[in-house]
Amino acid sequence: MNSTAIKEKKIKGSLKEKSQKLMGIGPEDAKLTKSYMAVAFIALLIGGALGLLQGLERAGLLQLPHWFNYYQVLTAHGVLLVLVLTAFFTIGYFYAGLSHTLGGLLPQVRKMAWIGFWMKVVGLVFAVVPIIQNKASVLYTFYPPMAASPYFYIGLALIVIGVWMCAFGAFINIAKWRKQNPGKHIPIFAFFATGVFVLLFFGSIGVTIEVLTLIAWSFGWKATVNVLLSRTLFWSFGHTLVNIWYMTAISAWYVIVPKIIGGRRFSDTLTRVVIILLVISNIPGGFHHQIVDPGMSQTLKFLHLFMSLSIGFPSLMTAFACVYVFEKTGRKLGGKGLFGWLKKLPWGDVRFLAPMIAMIAFIPAGAGGIAQTSNQLNQVVHNTLWVVGHFHLTVGTSVILTFFGISYWLIPYISKRVLTPRMNKVGIVQTIIWTLGMLFMSGAMHWVGLLGSPRRTSYTTYGNNATALGWDPYLIFLAVGGTLLIIGVLIQVFAVFHMMFFAPKGETEFPIAEAEEPEEKTPMWTDRWGLWIVIMLIVVSMGYVVPVVDLIVNAPPGSPPFITW
Amino acid sequence: MKMNRYEEIWLMLSGGMLVIFMLITGYQTFALGMGPPSNKETIDPQKVDETAPFDNPGVFKTGENEYEVVMTLEVFNFNPGKIEIPTGSTVTFIMTSKDVVHGFQVVDTNLNAMVMPGHIQKATQTFDKPGEYLVLCNEYCGAGHQHMSTTITVK
Repeated sequence: MNSTAIKEKKIKGSLKEKSQKLMGIGPEDAKLTKSYMAVAFIALLIGGALGLLQGLERAGLLQLPHWFNYYQVLTAHGVLLVLVLTAFFTIGYFYAGLSHTLGGLLPQVRKMAWIGFWMKVVGLVFAVVPIIQNKASVLYTFYPPMAASPYFYIGLALIVIGVWMCAFGAFINIAKWRKQNPGKHIPIFAFFATGVFVLLFFGSIGVTIEVLTLIAWSFGWKATVNVLLSRTLFWSFGHTLVNIWYMTAISAWYVIVPKIIGGRRFSDTLTRVVIILLVISNIPGGFHHQIVDPGMSQTLKFLHLFMSLSIGFPSLMTAFACVYVFEKTGRKLGGKGLFGWLKKLPWGDVRFLAPMIAMIAFIPAGAGGIAQTSNQLNQVVHNTLWVVGHFHLTVGTSVILTFFGISYWLIPYISKRVLTPRMNKVGIVQTIIWTLGMLFMSGAMHWVGLLGSPRRTSYTTYGNNATALGWDPYLIFLAVGGTLLIIGVLIQVFAVFHMMFFAPKGETEFPIAEAEEPEEKTPMWTDRWGLWIVIMLIVVSMGYVVPVVDLIVNAPPGSPPFITW
Repeated sequence: MKMNRYEEIWLMLSGGMLVIFMLITGYQTFALGMGPPSNKETIDPQKVDETAPFDNPGVFKTGENEYEVVMTLEVFNFNPGKIEIPTGSTVTFIMTSKDVVHGFQVVDTNLNAMVMPGHIQKATQTFDKPGEYLVLCNEYCGAGHQHMSTTITVK
């Protein structure tokens, strides 16, 4: 290609980008994200209702019938909220952002995202039908040798492949943009998307191997399965997924929230470094779910403590960045004194309030995470309700409230409508109800977990055991929290579909903040994704080669399938 | 890559905190022997009843104030259950599962371990306080999971 052709292409590319930014999202890209959001919030509605049933049951206020038992409900609650809501929201959100920052999705990428969408929907149907039939009450962690119907695993495999389609679609779109924009940095939002999709793909390879094995085993083609290896492969994905949600949430904290409060975002270089660190250090973190497992030495578990704690480091960088931006913006807006800047922040704007509470929740949530990953401390709380309290604070509050906050501008943006002051008020009320609900529920779960009450157990007094009876007063708060949360769910789902179809028409911007000024030029090495992926794979090998080889070579005879429900 | 001075301080404190967590955890694990249950022996999960020591589960006195409990876990009970031991005893639990993954948690102690088919798990605890301790399964194992419990009476 000669230089004029390149120049022409560049001009054409940048023109397309500019027009996209001025005109808003194209109808085809909008439809894609709308579909993803619709599925996400329907999953929230159903999964949330199931959550309420669990809270009431666990508090001893409600007895679920045998044809719709606690463990069935718990399996469905997990699959709908942990897999469906988060996956559909994350993909819908990043695809809208890629469309916005890269000048529209490429037609073939849009097609891939649609194929991915339908694969996930079909996969979901495959997974949910056996759950309803009580043939897959194995919870969303599906630890073998409990064996679900093979169709449950086939459904999960389809969902994963559907996610991969979207990951590769994103890679193709970003690669094309880079080709058209030589010498330019990947836009920050697309940089976040790259990190998330890299983790989604590489992080799910282990669990895919597990699920394929379980398909063969549950059909009876394979007599036994390696229980501990399966568990290890599951958690190589399980904890990565947690950090994928987290990275999706902080993309809004770094890029979106500063714009909403009228400020600039934190150092571009350091933001990119945080993303790179999260991608590199993440996958081996899953071992901290196996701290009290047999078959792994204390030395191995100690080495993995480093892997888990190192994920905490970029989060502590993020904590600094968020407060820095708030203070700087608050002072620019006239805030005086040590804390006067706090008053200048737009607390009455749901697009700020929801993610702000999400960030505040992450302070105890992150601290609890660091504590419970430290081997001996984990032993105190492992598989107690403490852990459930922990992830209702991290995922249920830090991540989900950020998603809710995003919905108040993203849904109007894709629907070519606006957020009215009234809907903003609805959002504020929703945020407060959600916060209170989680405070009750997660707080009580943490406390009663420390007292020893186990997770994933329907209401029981263990034959009127005095210790177990002592937990009952705390468990009532699960029902109180759950009731508040379902009100929050109903308001949120109403808000999303109202903004999608009924809010007044108008233009809403995709709020991306400018970098700080004077900004030191971001070094080009940050964009070397090939290098980061290689380093990530080296770290994954360091974490996994020794234990996985050990689990295979020194494996005990495997286990046949069991149906124990 | 230029960093804000305050950020440098913050990150040094953050890194320092993580290092302290590692040091304390490492010291407790390797110097004080407080590490989590991590036994590496294996067993054929389909032949538990025929394999020693699980062919004869029970409570065995192994020394002055020392006991060994050989225990099998299966849906939905612990064998042996209703264990009684004198105050001040140090008890080593040797456990395996005959079917799915179970948990072994003794409330009001730090005993908390996963018990898996194919693996022999070990955990040791000294019971200094008399009383009735609730033992429960803390890994979902099926329809009767909420009933899987027993007690250890220390007197």
